[in-house]
Amino acid sequence: MLSFNLSDSLAAIVKGNKSLAATVDFNSYLSISPDDVITIFSPNPELGQNIKTSFPMIVAEELDADWKKVKVVQAALDVKKYDRQLTGGSGAVPHSWERLRKAGATARQMLVDAAAKRWNVAASTLSTNNGFVIHTNGTKLSYGELATEAGSLPVPTDVKLKNPKDFKLIGTAVANVDNKEMITGKPLYGLDFYREGMLHAMIQRPASFGMKLKSVDATAVKSMPGIVDVVTFKNNVAIVGKSTWEIMKARKALKVAYEKDGNIESTSDHDRIFKELLDKPEATVRRKDGDVEAAFKNAATVIKREYQCPFLSHAPMEPMNFFAHVKADGVELVGPTQTPDRARNATATLLGIAPEKVTVELTRLGGGFGRRLQADYVVEAAELSKLINAPVKVTWSREDDMMGGSYRPAVRYRFEAALDSKGILIGYKLRGVGVNAGNSTREDNFPSGAVENLLIESINHQSPITTGAWRAPITNFLAFAEQAFLDEVALAAKKDPVQFRLELLDKAKQSPTGAIKYDIDRTKAVINLVAEKAGWGKKKNLAQGFSVYFSHRSYVAQVAEVEMINGNPVLKKIYAASDCGIVVNLSGARQQVMGGIVDGLGHALYGQLTFKEGASEQRNFNNYRLIRYNEVPQVEVHFVDNGIDPTGLGEPALPPTGGAVANAIFKATGKRLYNQPFTLQEEMKGVKLGQKM
Amino acid sequence: MATYSIHVNGETKKVDVAADTPLLWVLRDTLGLVGTKYGCGIAQCGACTVHLNGTAVRSCALPISAIGTSKITTIEGLSKEGDHPVQQAWQEVDVPQCGYCQAGQIMSAAALLSKTPNPSEEQIATAMNGNICRCGTYHRIKEAVVLASTKMK
Repeated sequence: MLSFNLSDSLAAIVKGNKSLAATVDFNSYLSISPDDVITIFSPNPELGQNIKTSFPMIVAEELDADWKKVKVVQAALDVKKYDRQLTGGSGAVPHSWERLRKAGATARQMLVDAAAKRWNVAASTLSTNNGFVIHTNGTKLSYGELATEAGSLPVPTDVKLKNPKDFKLIGTAVANVDNKEMITGKPLYGLDFYREGMLHAMIQRPASFGMKLKSVDATAVKSMPGIVDVVTFKNNVAIVGKSTWEIMKARKALKVAYEKDGNIESTSDHDRIFKELLDKPEATVRRKDGDVEAAFKNAATVIKREYQCPFLSHAPMEPMNFFAHVKADGVELVGPTQTPDRARNATATLLGIAPEKVTVELTRLGGGFGRRLQADYVVEAAELSKLINAPVKVTWSREDDMMGGSYRPAVRYRFEAALDSKGILIGYKLRGVGVNAGNSTREDNFPSGAVENLLIESINHQSPITTGAWRAPITNFLAFAEQAFLDEVALAAKKDPVQFRLELLDKAKQSPTGAIKYDIDRTKAVINLVAEKAGWGKKKNLAQGFSVYFSHRSYVAQVAEVEMINGNPVLKKIYAASDCGIVVNLSGARQQVMGGIVDGLGHALYGQLTFKEGASEQRNFNNYRLIRYNEVPQVEVHFVDNGIDPTGLGEPALPPTGGAVANAIFKATGKRLYNQPFTLQEEMKGVKLGQKM
Repeated sequence: MATYSIHVNGETKKVDVAADTPLLWVLRDTLGLVGTKYGCGIAQCGACTVHLNGTAVRSCALPISAIGTSKITTIEGLSKEGDHPVQQAWQEVDVPQCGYCQAGQIMSAAALLSKTPNPSEEQIATAMNGNICRCGTYHRIKEAVVLASTKMK
C-alpha cells in the first residue's frame, strides 16, 4: 500500500532541500513530505466546477491539515488508483465524498499512531489540529515530522470520520487553488500545451451533417509556407504544419468536395417533423398512472400548450483540442477531457492496442458543458499522429467547434392539464419529441406522484446531426417548459403559483400516485426558503415569477423579479435557494449557482443554432450570441442547511432559471413565452435586461 | 515571411512571420506567451485582449505588420509578481471558474482603470462588455473591478 515517491524526493535533493528523507505516499490522494508539504492529488477533470479545490478540501478536512501547506496536484488518468475519474452528471462529490474523507482520516490516524508510539502513550489520548498531533501536555509534532514513521505503520481499515458539526474547512469559502496561475497567464489549458518537435494540425470536417468526403485537392495547400503535410482519413482532411496561423491560412486554399451520405436536414424540416410527431397516435409510453382519458373527458378546464427549443452549441471558451503522440511502445495523450478513461479506451480500440499502453495527462479545461464528454476530438488526434508518425496538437477553430456537432438537441413539448370545477389537477399529459434526444422527458419528476391520472410519452427523430449531453441534459429546457406550464395551470386553478405547488407536494406525500423519485420535503424546503428570501407575494411594485426543479440529485427553487421602469419591464433580480446537501466550498458553490443562473438565462435569451441543408447557420460569436456583462441581473444565493451528504451542484441551478424569468415576464406584461430563444419572440419586445447588476 | 521587432512586456523581440499573422499567434506560437487566449479569431469574445500602448485591443484581429513601435503588454507582463491591483482583486474576489477568459477580462479591466481610476457602473459595463465569460462570472468580475479601483487610490 505505501510507497516512497522517489521523483519528488529526488527533486527535493536537486533543489538543495535539507530534508533528504523521502516524501511518504499515504494513499492515492495524499502524500506528506518531512518538511510539512501536504500534497493532495485531485483526479477529476477541472472545467470550472472547482473540483480541484473542493476535492482536496475534503481530504484536508479529515486529515486536519493546515490548508496553507496543502499543494494540489492534478492527477493523470489512473484507473487503479481512482474511481469515476470523470466530470459529468454533477456526480463527483456525491460519488467520492466518503472515499476522500477516508483518505484523509486514514492518514490522520496513522500520524496519531506514530506520535503515540514516539511518546509511548495511548493514541486515544492524542488530538490533531492544523497539521499537528497534540499531546495532552501541550507538546506537539508536525505531520511532516511524523510522516516517515507513520508511513511504516499498518494502514487502519476502520477509521472514524468527523461529525460534520466539527468541520472547520468544509463549508467555508476557499479560493480556487489555480487562481494565481490563471490570473498570471500560466500554461494550464490543453491549447497551451507545446512541446519541442510537435506539429500543429487543423482538420477540415464535412460542413453538413449527412455528407461524406468525395474528393480532395490539396495541391495548393501543400506548397504554402509552414505546411508539412495534408492527410486524408475517414471524412477528415488534416492540414499539418509548423504553426497555427500558417495552417489556418493554408486551409482556405483547400478544395474539398462532399457527397450525400444520409438525410440532409434543415430547421424547417425539424419544425414540421415535431408537429407531426406530436400528433402521431402512437408514442413510447414513459409513465402511465390512472385513467387519463377519463380525467380529461370529465375536466371542467383543459389547458394545452406547446414549447420548443433550438439546438445549442456547448461553445466552451477553449475550443476543442488535444495533443497525441503515437509511438512504437505506446500512446501519449495530453489535453482537456471530461472523460479521460473514455478517451483512453476509444484510442486503444482505434489503434488496436491494450488500454494500458495509452497514458492520459489532464490539463485544465477551458469549459466543457458536456462537449468534452465525447472522445471524437481525442481519437482523431491519435489517428493523425499515427498517420504522420509525429507528435501533434490538433486545434479546432471556433467555427469547427460550432459546426462539429454533439449539440443540445432541439426538442418540442406538448403539455396538457385537466382541472375539475374546484381547480384540482385531475389529469396531466406530456409528450416530448426531439432530434436525437433519446428520452426527452423526465417522467418520474414532479408533478408525477401528485396527479392521479398522468401520461408521459416521447418520440425520437433520428437525424445525422449529432447531439450529446449539454449542461443539465434535457432538463436545461424541459424545466422551463414545465415550470412555465405549471404557472399557467396555477392561474387557471385560481391559485398562487407557490401555493399550488406546495399543495401538490402535500398531496404526493399524503396519497402518492405511483413511484416518487424526488424528495418531497427537500423540494418543499427550497420552495419555502426562496419564497421567504424573495418576499414572495409581498412586493407590490415588482412582478415575481417562480420556478423549482429537481435535477441530478439536488433541488433548486428560484424567484425572478421584473420591475416596470419608465414603462419598460426590466429583469432586475433572481433569487435562488439550493439544496445540494452539505456545501463543501461556499465560494465555489455560490459560483456554481450564480454561473448556472447566468448560463440558463443567457441560453434561454439568446442561444440558437439553426440548420440549413445539414449545416449550422451560426458559426462564431458574431451570430451565436452568448450573454454578456451588461445583460445580467442581480443574483442572490441561499443554501438549505440540512447536513445531508453532498448531492452535487454543477448543473442543478441552471434548469429553473428560464421558467422563473418567463413567469415573471408574464406577471409584468401578461405575455407568455413558449419558445427559446426568448429575444427572438414577439412576447419579449420591450423587456430590458441587466440593469444595475 | 518578414522579420519584425516588437516591444513585448518591456523587451524587444525579433520574430520571423508572415505580415498578416495576428499578434495572438505570434505571442502564442512564436514567443510562447500562452496567457493570451484564442477564443473566436474575429474579435468577438475578448479572450485575446492585450494592451497596445496601454489600450485594450483584440490581438486575434491585429496583424503583426500593423504594430510598428507600439508597446505590447500581455497578461504575463501586467506585473512582475502577479500583484497588479486588478490581479490582486481577482484573487481576493475568487473570480475564475474555468478561468480561460480571465486573462482577457483582467487586461480589459486594467486598461479601463489606468485611464479611469473611478469608473461609473456604465463605464465598467462598456469596458467589460466585449469580454465573454461562458461560465458566467460577471457578478464577481464587477465586484473585482470595483475592488481594484479602491486599491488603486
